Amino acid sequence: MTAKTKKQDAYTLANRPPKESLGRHLRKYWQLYAMLVIPVAYYIIFRYLPMAGNIIAFRRYRAGSSIFGDEWTGLRYFQQFINDSNFWKAFRNTLLLNFEYLLISFPLTIIFALLLNEIKNAKFKKVVQTISYLPHFISMVIVAGMVRELLSTSGPINNLIASLGFEPITFISLPEWFPTIFVTSGVWQGIGWGTILYLAAMTGINPELYEAASLDGANKFQQCLNVTLPAILPTIATLLVLNIGQLCGSAAFEKVFLLYNPTTYDTADIIATYVYRMGLGSGNYSYATAVGLFQGVINLVLLTAANWASKRMTGSGLY
Amino acid sequence: MAKTIDTSKPMKIKESTGYRVFTVCNIILMVILCAAMLYPFLYLVAQSFSSAEAIIAGEVSILPVDFSVETYIYVMTNNNSIFLRNYANTIIYSVLGTVLALASSCLLAYPLSKRELRGNKFIGPFIIFTMYFGGGMIPNYILMTTLKLQNTVAAFVLPGMISTYYVILMRSFFETVPRELEEAGEIDGLSMWGAFVHVALPLSKPILATMTLFYLVQYWNNWFDAFLYLADQNMWPVAYQLRNLISTSANVEDAGESLAINANIKSCAMVLTAAPIICVYPFIQKYFVQGMMLGGVKG
Repeated sequence: MTAKTKKQDAYTLANRPPKESLGRHLRKYWQLYAMLVIPVAYYIIFRYLPMAGNIIAFRRYRAGSSIFGDEWTGLRYFQQFINDSNFWKAFRNTLLLNFEYLLISFPLTIIFALLLNEIKNAKFKKVVQTISYLPHFISMVIVAGMVRELLSTSGPINNLIASLGFEPITFISLPEWFPTIFVTSGVWQGIGWGTILYLAAMTGINPELYEAASLDGANKFQQCLNVTLPAILPTIATLLVLNIGQLCGSAAFEKVFLLYNPTTYDTADIIATYVYRMGLGSGNYSYATAVGLFQGVINLVLLTAANWASKRMTGSGLY
Repeated sequence: MAKTIDTSKPMKIKESTGYRVFTVCNIILMVILCAAMLYPFLYLVAQSFSSAEAIIAGEVSILPVDFSVETYIYVMTNNNSIFLRNYANTIIYSVLGTVLALASSCLLAYPLSKRELRGNKFIGPFIIFTMYFGGGMIPNYILMTTLKLQNTVAAFVLPGMISTYYVILMRSFFETVPRELEEAGEIDGLSMWGAFVHVALPLSKPILATMTLFYLVQYWNNWFDAFLYLADQNMWPVAYQLRNLISTSANVEDAGESLAINANIKSCAMVLTAAPIICVYPFIQKYFVQGMMLGGVKG
């Protein structure tokens, strides 16, 4: 919350309007305010109303009752999920899957960006970029379908395994394989797109820095370490901190939902999929909302802290 | 590394050979990486043109075996051409959704980029807060059902209509439009609105192209809102039909036999669904790189 107040202050300072009577101001600028009517109404209805709808975590909601529920239940639903081992399993999996993905993909993305930066042939570089960005735009449905096809018992991975003389593996139904599948497909889909902000930061590096470094006897590898890397360090720090802020988030929902099944719940079920099953699957709306709200509050705290830390360290948060 | 810094001459030679080796390795690595990126797509294409028997025998890898287009005909005509109807739905929803999303995002981002806007200190945090905290799945679902939006196009288009992150990227871009140009327009008799339409928007083509692509992709790929709100198969977008195709056949996988029949059909449906995005996006790439960079760097 403190971070938010600070941001508001910064906002006020940057946007202080010239002093003018309100009537004159509105006559001159009314169209700006008119433009805002539809978007602001949208935010109130489709963003803030559901936010207020979280109240049903504390009230009983039955199908057909008002959006804000029927009667107060206090913290009953919170007590219920805190005593539910399935919730804690989902909680642990959320953190683990997000963390493992961050741990693997984050450094790989930086390395990929650095290697891309060393390619001098502009055409070749652009082709590599085009190809590596591509998976980012593909529907998760298709990514999940691809994963199933590639890992099916008659698919190419199992063909390879068979040709090496091993038994085929039913990857999709084995819980021990889920994190690997999740992280690998995530890297495949995200590594190219992830480089875009780093490459943007690299184009801003003054070429004279490289000349100076090479005059000082630095080879290409040392130039990379001592010129390129420091130049993208603020971007790295910002992205790292913001990624940490999303460790408890639901970004993985679609993929997990499309790839998991009851046999892999142990390692695959995350809070968002748990909320879905409890709420829309079994109709325990209030219970599921309580779980969702719990996650939402953790996210709010983590993100606020992350953004604060990022601004503190590098002077820029992402939002 | 430290050894080579002794004298400058041998170092230069050593470095350039070392660097040349690195460059070659780097290029090879990039080619391998691109192959790995493309392989799943090629595999799907190969499967979609192959026969069921060849797939189940594991003969298909990159090239189709027993080439035929029958699977495509089957997918398009099966079940009263439901796939094509869903495909048409996706096109309609995507275009409609993108137009609405783009318009409402511009309407929000442009005033926010103006220092003159007095509510700025309130409206900025008002929209940004939604990135930190939201309603969650259940309250959103209850809202949509309370508004009686199930089984309407609105249920598919409205939930993702304004992305706060995109609005912030757009605002950053609009802030780079020189104020003097708009003021010149205003002196020539343009209103605020006129300056927005005739000066700011034409100068913002990179970000508009970027956002068009992003929103198009978002709607094209969206299946979950259809899953939640659209009961009638005739209203489904193709991504949701595809999801059902894949998850039903996933259950069949245990049955073994029918797996391969499904495999080429699934692949074919996936290829058809992904094709437009794969074809369109390279042409917009130069815009979105520009748009992302400006927004991201400033952000």
